[in-house]
Amino acid sequence: MKLALITDLHANRQALEEVLAHARAHGAEQFAFLGDFVGYGADPGWVVDQVRALVDQGAVAITGNHDAATVRGAQPTMRPTARLAVEWTRTQLDDAQLAFLAALPLAQRRGTTLFVHANAHEPAEWEYVQSRAEAVRSLQATDARHVFCGHMHQPMLYHLSGTGKAGDFTPVPGVPIPVPPHRQWLAIPGACGQPRDGNPAAAYALFDEDAMTLCFHRVPYDHETAAARILAAGLPPEFAQRLHDGR
Amino acid sequence: MGAEEGPSLTDDDAHAPLRPGRVIDGFTLQEHLHQGGMAHLWRVTHPAHQLPLIMKVPRIKGGEDPATIVGFEVEMMIMPMLAGVHVPRFIAKGDFARQPYIVMELIPGHSLRPRLDEAPLPLAEVVDIGIRVATALHDLHRQHVVHLDVKPSNILFRADGSAVLVDYGLSRHDHLPDLLDEEFTLPIGTGPYMSPEQVQFVRNDPRSDLFALGVMLYLLATGERPFGQPTSVAGLRRRLYTEPVPPRALRAELLPWLQEVILRCLEVEPEQRWPSAAQLALALQEPDQIELTERAHKATPAGRWRTLRRWLASVGSEPRAGVSAGEQVTRNPIVMAAVDVDNASEALLEQLRETVRRILSTEPGARLACVSVMRTARIGMDELVDEQGRSHHVRQLVGLKHWARPISQALDLGHGRLTFHVLEAPDPAAAIIDFAQRTQVDHIVMGARANSALRRYLGSISSQVVAQSECTVTVVRAPSPQS
Repeated sequence: MKLALITDLHANRQALEEVLAHARAHGAEQFAFLGDFVGYGADPGWVVDQVRALVDQGAVAITGNHDAATVRGAQPTMRPTARLAVEWTRTQLDDAQLAFLAALPLAQRRGTTLFVHANAHEPAEWEYVQSRAEAVRSLQATDARHVFCGHMHQPMLYHLSGTGKAGDFTPVPGVPIPVPPHRQWLAIPGACGQPRDGNPAAAYALFDEDAMTLCFHRVPYDHETAAARILAAGLPPEFAQRLHDGR
Repeated sequence: MGAEEGPSLTDDDAHAPLRPGRVIDGFTLQEHLHQGGMAHLWRVTHPAHQLPLIMKVPRIKGGEDPATIVGFEVEMMIMPMLAGVHVPRFIAKGDFARQPYIVMELIPGHSLRPRLDEAPLPLAEVVDIGIRVATALHDLHRQHVVHLDVKPSNILFRADGSAVLVDYGLSRHDHLPDLLDEEFTLPIGTGPYMSPEQVQFVRNDPRSDLFALGVMLYLLATGERPFGQPTSVAGLRRRLYTEPVPPRALRAELLPWLQEVILRCLEVEPEQRWPSAAQLALALQEPDQIELTERAHKATPAGRWRTLRRWLASVGSEPRAGVSAGEQVTRNPIVMAAVDVDNASEALLEQLRETVRRILSTEPGARLACVSVMRTARIGMDELVDEQGRSHHVRQLVGLKHWARPISQALDLGHGRLTFHVLEAPDPAAAIIDFAQRTQVDHIVMGARANSALRRYLGSISSQVVAQSECTVTVVRAPSPQS
């Protein structure tokens, strides 16, 4: 079965539409959303409704720091513009949408696969996995063979062998990578709604559980419309600019 | 896989010993062919496959070098990504949870290894092996893979003569994680063949394979190993500063051009070697086009002072970040200009020249092969000499050189980046297609025949080339006034 791994959607309707269509066209039967459904983008309600409908059909969804902040109020460490987005988002969601976000788990385990937003070692602290050392820390904190995270907006694949040797790899879009379970793997699909690696195309990954391969994808979408909607909503213009630059 | 087969194909216990008759995932072990340092090879059969097959099973016992296991894992990752005649066809693999194995096409016959014992070989055979292996390597590099263990025992030949590269346990694929990268604290490879950058832990430069091929050609041509058989890291590092004895000093009849080719493969800096395996293969096929440098005429290795200087430079030297196989291949394309020097209009020749100049100026590593075709009759001998008493052949060559001179001047094409070839064939399109395929051309640039009675009568050469060649083709037209 093919499982689409989608994370950091950030209320970007245009990106999510294209990613869902691409994933279905490439055989995705199940979806796992790794958090940050809202924040930065102009369509939080639409994105939450889409995800809620897919969760009703069996999709995995876990909470991200932007979702938690929208429900419970921003943390003191959050940047002022992100905080502003959180407050605006709260005014856009109805009670049912907020309740859906509030009920999302911090992590979810399915067989030997773990889904978590930030990391597997201290998921509630929202620490980033931005190097091999942090990936090893996460992988050593769990016996899951495949750990799928978001939070970092750049696609990345880490691996850890039984003898403690770790490696990292910047994936090439469209190439299925064997991820056999005798090693541990930590994969970050890259952001769907706000890519930051210099490529504005939306990122996600497809996990083929039968072939045991992971394929990272990049999907171009109408980021000009997404950016125009951010400006029209009166959100900070830098959020719109980021979508053009992919930074 | 085994479950859907007939009842006779029930799989044995995964822990049962390997023996003839044992069935693994529908593959029946027939005969134990070989036990290498890292793996057992079994001839196997499967009702769904007609192709002769072998199964490679890693030797896994306690306390073994992890290279065995990780190397096998690397091969399991890379082999399914490969295609074409220069690799054994991949059939199936079994994972580590049950029984790790790889099933692939059996390439009949011996590897090149036994021929080593007969070295020095006839030089024509050495050159022929060089062409075949370089051609296979280029095909591999185009598939984003650096082999990193090129040596006679990993080279076999198909019945049609094409080389097949086997054993991808140390290889590196640009698009897959390199599981070996962090695994070891010692250089990985086979001592005599390992490139200087491999000694320094660089694993992504396709020119490492050209170094290994150079070692092999040196050995086949002279019977000697250019850098001996070192067993220590210090011994391996010696190739960073010690020059090999020039092969002509060991075998006088080896021609300067072949010494040039071999010593250029053995350069310490990858930038000084042949830029691509295709360019090396082309050089071996067209020796009279090789630009001879100091390498060709060396009679002794560098003196003590020069070696000392090279040693000082090598101490603590860090390898430069290599380029990936894919990049190296794309940056050093072979561009072929098919020029009809006799019949094309001046305007078309000019347009063709300008197009070729533009393509070459974007790729400093590109090499230009200028080709013209002399049409010969299918039957009977052609009159080879025209009324001025100069052969058609020479006239065509002169015309080609004249056509290319402005490009050569504008781009300062030296160092063997420009070659000229006059082909003689009854069918110009077939000759162009064949040349492009044989020399692994990346891009053909040619003129369209003017809209004329001749084209209606003969058909268009360019459209045949576009339809039938395997590479990119650009067809150039001279600007014509609007009608």
